[in-house]
Amino acid sequence: MSEQTSLTYAKVNEDIIRMLDKPTVKWLALFLPTLGLVGFGLFCFLYQVYTGLGVAGYRHPVFWGVYITDFVFWVGIAHSGTLISAILFLFRANFRLSIYRIAEAMTVFAVLTAGLFPIIHLGRPWFFYWLFPYPNQRELWVNFKSPLLWDVFAVSTYLTVSSVFFFVGMIPDIAAIRDRVKEVPRKIAYSILSLGWKGSNWEWLHYTRAYLFFAAFATPLVLSVHSVVSWDFAMSNLPGWHTTIFAPYFVAGAIFSGLAMVITLTVPIRKIFRLEQYITLDNYDGMAKLIILTSLIVGYAYGVEFFMAWYSGSPYEWGQFYYRATGEYALFYWIMVVCNVIVPIPLWFKSVRRNIKILFIMSIFINIGMWFERFNIIVISLSRGFDPAAWGIYKPSWVELGITVGSFAWFFMFFLIFIKTLPAVSIAEIKEILPVPRKEAKDNG
Amino acid sequence: MDNQGVLGIFSYLDVTVNAVKKLKNEGFKNLRVFSPMPNHEIEHVMDEPESIVRFFTLFGAMLGAACGVGFTVLTSTDWPISVSAKPIVSIPPYIVIIFELTILIGALSTLLGLLINSRLRRNTPKSMYDPRFSEDKFGVMVTCAKDKVKKVEEIFNSEGAEEIKVDGV
Repeated sequence: MSEQTSLTYAKVNEDIIRMLDKPTVKWLALFLPTLGLVGFGLFCFLYQVYTGLGVAGYRHPVFWGVYITDFVFWVGIAHSGTLISAILFLFRANFRLSIYRIAEAMTVFAVLTAGLFPIIHLGRPWFFYWLFPYPNQRELWVNFKSPLLWDVFAVSTYLTVSSVFFFVGMIPDIAAIRDRVKEVPRKIAYSILSLGWKGSNWEWLHYTRAYLFFAAFATPLVLSVHSVVSWDFAMSNLPGWHTTIFAPYFVAGAIFSGLAMVITLTVPIRKIFRLEQYITLDNYDGMAKLIILTSLIVGYAYGVEFFMAWYSGSPYEWGQFYYRATGEYALFYWIMVVCNVIVPIPLWFKSVRRNIKILFIMSIFINIGMWFERFNIIVISLSRGFDPAAWGIYKPSWVELGITVGSFAWFFMFFLIFIKTLPAVSIAEIKEILPVPRKEAKDNG
Repeated sequence: MDNQGVLGIFSYLDVTVNAVKKLKNEGFKNLRVFSPMPNHEIEHVMDEPESIVRFFTLFGAMLGAACGVGFTVLTSTDWPISVSAKPIVSIPPYIVIIFELTILIGALSTLLGLLINSRLRRNTPKSMYDPRFSEDKFGVMVTCAKDKVKKVEEIFNSEGAEEIKVDGV
């Protein structure tokens, strides 16, 4: 944290709240095309609703394609936000402080994006509420034994808890903005959002305890949600899916991809808003170390899947994995291996971990690799089941690709709005790690 | 009550803590300390009882678990369909639902506990709050009888308060 020693409490307020100034041309140049892509994604979705799910590339036997790939990818992206904000909070890892707000925002927006896909994937999306257990006149209840319903509960709980965690974490900082802004509409908006926060000892006492409990709740939730998502697959009997390694494998992959996304997001923000004193090389070093760890777990999982397929003696299982590495989708499989296992290897060197440009490029490769990991698991397994008569190839249609691009734009749209309306770096927590102002210290020079 | 609020504004944490100690030694009980960040020294000197937010968390989590059990068991037995002699009420899959609802309702009740107990919006008169508390200043507010105001001001001055405000409460 050596770069942060020249900071003072007042400067922290000044620097962070400055980010919320009127949108610049650069910001608009990013925001408007993003909005355009969201519009295109919406058009694709409405076209699909109007025409029917047939316009998606779903063909026998693959009826889970890019939409479910996107769903799992975005749920995964969400995870490292909670890892950084909750798990590292419990471990008192200070390198999280400058980046956790951005990571939490990423979590909330990624879950919001992920939640769209099961609905987009429905043939009749307007009946999505049938997923929830509500009393109806025919006494039809949801099937609590179905992993897909576990997903409904897990993802909606995750969205709610991470949103609450995100919002509560911001209350003191919103109060700081409220105390600084002059324009009446903004003052009113921030006053409402700050809930009248004044920073009294009473408020801090309950706030810090509540925050600890939120972190304690969010920690097992991180591990459970992607485990539950993995069980969507693992509970079925399909070769390539029916495996006990899926829960830890998915959780590690989720954290891996989420950390990469945090790097992808923070590098430009750091540069544009001149936050070098806040988001330091130590922050990136810490994240890169976690990327090494999770990359090793993911790489181990890729290897052990092959071992288990061979050792099980099941020709279906072995056939599936042999096909993944050598069949029609082999290119995607090897993109995944290279991006997720080979690309992060240089991170073992400190000079690479502290090189922002290399980290940024690597993070994009990891994001690509992790998207293909989800694609490979879902699509290749469905393409080659037990019966050769039922094998088939899936190709996504332009509608699916349009919605996928739209989902990325949707995520970035929320993110761009966030950095212009709410504090992207935690003001109060940064102050916690700065030297406390003491008269004694001042008098002693 | 014919009480008065006295607020001292400080730039340094150590003098703020000293002022609180002196006030406590003089028998002042109704104190509030403002700071731009949570601080253990302030927490220690104020010696407040442990936050009761934890009970909200505990009861919320228990209620969530009970809802999870209730939802799954009652809806399964509401219209029992036996499939391949599998149990109507099957515990392993229900644990996922119970777990998620435990966390969901536990977290929401923690939020409720925070909102109720931190007395947001009503723990300080508006006139006694200074916007600099969210930036870089510390504040000590004492609510006391009118005849004690002088004594409080004396303590604040002796500890080097930058500014002292007096207001009716």
